[in-house]
Amino acid sequence: MTTLTKAALVEQLYETLGVNKREAKELVEMFFEEMSSALSHNVPVKLSGFGNFELRDKAERPGRNPKTGEEVPVSARRVVTFRPGQKLRQRVDNYAGAQSN
Amino acid sequence: MAVNKSDLIERIYERQPHLTPKDVEVAVKTIVDGMAEALASGGRIEIRGFGSFVLNYRAPRTGRNPRTGEAVELSGRYVPHFKPGKQLREDVDRSRTNNPDEAAGEGRNANLPSLPPVE
Repeated sequence: MTTLTKAALVEQLYETLGVNKREAKELVEMFFEEMSSALSHNVPVKLSGFGNFELRDKAERPGRNPKTGEEVPVSARRVVTFRPGQKLRQRVDNYAGAQSN
Repeated sequence: MAVNKSDLIERIYERQPHLTPKDVEVAVKTIVDGMAEALASGGRIEIRGFGSFVLNYRAPRTGRNPRTGEAVELSGRYVPHFKPGKQLREDVDRSRTNNPDEAAGEGRNANLPSLPPVE
């Protein structure tokens, strides 16, 4: 199975745009920095054609240390969730359908 | 309030003034398309610090048409799943402790800091 990494995205930009390797690397870094910055300031991110990154507050809940079986509460926290867009879900679904046929 | 693709393009352009706005726009669209294409062709995405995207399998099941109550066979399928990286998880949780009166997702674009340009 292939895995897309920052290095592969840099390569794609370098080949698609007329920018050098350093600029391509900066663009990729900045893209993820800006998304992280928004989410870290409690601002959701919406990427049309891909999906939405949303924020949710979770209340404290009872948990367990899986190793010792000891009960440890899972503290309240804020988490990022990703909701794939309709278009991406459809594309992924088409691929899976093609695989099983 | 949310940040969308044009906001990202604008913010990145501010940090890369030697590039044209068009270059930055094409770059952002190429990155998003590349990510969608990776998942749409059965692959995964791993971005250190940000997180990873994988496809999760949903087993075939018998569903029901909620209107008619009729049984429908649903085939197995894959759905994209995002697992935030450690850095992002910690930074996001910090926004809760730093600003406890604000509910999740209610931060304002206007308050986003300007990140330093890359030298």
